[in-house]
Amino acid sequence: MGKRDRLSGNEAIALAMKGMNLDVVAAFPITPSTEIPQYFSQYVANGETDTLFIPVESEHSAMSACIGAQAAGARASTATSSCGLALMYEMLHVGASLRLPMTMACVTRALTGPINIHNDHGDAMGARDTGWIQLYAENAQEAYDNYIMAVKIAEDKQVLTPVMACQDGFITSHAVENIELLSDEEIGKFVGLYEPAEYLLNEEEKVAMGPYDAPAYLMEHKRQQAEGMMQALPVIEKVAAEFAALSGRHYGLIEEYQTEDAERILVVLGSTAGTAKQVIKNLRAKGEKVGLVKIRSYRPFPAAAVAKAIKKAKAVAVMDKAEGMSGIGGPLFGDICVAMNGLGGPRLIDYMYGLGGRDVRPEHIEAVYRDLAAAMAGKADEEQLIKKAGPYYRYLALREE
Amino acid sequence: MKQKGIEINDRVSWQNITLAGAVYGGGTAKQFATGDWRSMRPVMVWEKCKQCLLCAPVCPDSSIPVEAGKRLDFDYDHCKGCGVCVQVCPFEAILFKKEEK
Repeated sequence: MGKRDRLSGNEAIALAMKGMNLDVVAAFPITPSTEIPQYFSQYVANGETDTLFIPVESEHSAMSACIGAQAAGARASTATSSCGLALMYEMLHVGASLRLPMTMACVTRALTGPINIHNDHGDAMGARDTGWIQLYAENAQEAYDNYIMAVKIAEDKQVLTPVMACQDGFITSHAVENIELLSDEEIGKFVGLYEPAEYLLNEEEKVAMGPYDAPAYLMEHKRQQAEGMMQALPVIEKVAAEFAALSGRHYGLIEEYQTEDAERILVVLGSTAGTAKQVIKNLRAKGEKVGLVKIRSYRPFPAAAVAKAIKKAKAVAVMDKAEGMSGIGGPLFGDICVAMNGLGGPRLIDYMYGLGGRDVRPEHIEAVYRDLAAAMAGKADEEQLIKKAGPYYRYLALREE
Repeated sequence: MKQKGIEINDRVSWQNITLAGAVYGGGTAKQFATGDWRSMRPVMVWEKCKQCLLCAPVCPDSSIPVEAGKRLDFDYDHCKGCGVCVQVCPFEAILFKKEEK
């Protein structure tokens, strides 16, 4: 069985990196992911791994170095946050469209501005359309587990799509938790060796990657890329099953908590799921039928699983930790609306919450469940609330007149 | 062009096109006639040519074939009309004319 230790999410990721048979890690320091390359480069310096660590001059270069390495035939990974991820933006598209199965530990943080170094999902949501698979972790254990599974998901022949394993900046990246670790040997055996079908350093078969794609071809390649993303849904479940056999820890595309008979459900990404579970325990003790859906795989979006989990509820709160500036709610809300398109189902309300590291406390989550109760009770009860906060697009714990 | 048994043209489906547009093998540019990009056309004046061969190595597109120590006429399927050969010729043996369709 695994070894138990007290580690932060960043320490856990650096340890996972050591066991993953990585050929290249290229990274640049950026709060709050800085510790990952910091700890990892110590392992390299101490000779504990033979991975080539490239201390690049920017995140654009970090992603470019990973792309070059992976195209050459190496297994490459990086870590970043916030403006670092934003600086990678161009290359994220390049790597994903080249179908290079790289991995990234993304430690989510607000994007400036105004300047802020704390957690929200503004950075990762900015990368949600780049063609990378995105997994979101509730705690350090899940961040560690997701990052290890990411390699196998990305490299699956049906998928060949890079994976971003996201965890919440500071909340899980810096908080020290009890976690269960696998040995380097176990991780190494689980991920295996990288054996690409085609790579630039293959003397036997010459290949040119990333040629100019004229109007007669790009649409076909985009459809092909979308297929890899869609095929990732069953592969994420398959890899999770293999991981469960190794670790005893089970993960799905989503995690349902007390949804069976729930009338009111919260849909959430990341660490707030932990806070919500505690609130649900308290409210359930008082007989309230409340539940939670935690989205683990955000890209690809498991629409069918989400719809199945929430369609019998009466009111659902979608928790968005990124202001998409669409004027009609956050990005997760949009995805949930697509998932429910044509299915009828519950009243959906979006909550913008926790932006720029704003504390998310149990009483805030309780307030959301209270709002949902009002939504269920019908117009008279909710009239005041709608007048104050609007019918479906609201801010949680916002100071206002 | 054929790639791993797959014909690459504007009729190939997304299921059958090579992954991410990868091009297999080497020297495949030869299979694409790109001469129609040309707006200016280099034209040989053979009686002025001394076969000094200064032109062939400066061509960025291998469009001046050389055989048995002598240059041949331009490969107009691939020459893009950059005019470097015109500039480098010491004998004014290459004219540079407007391409007419």
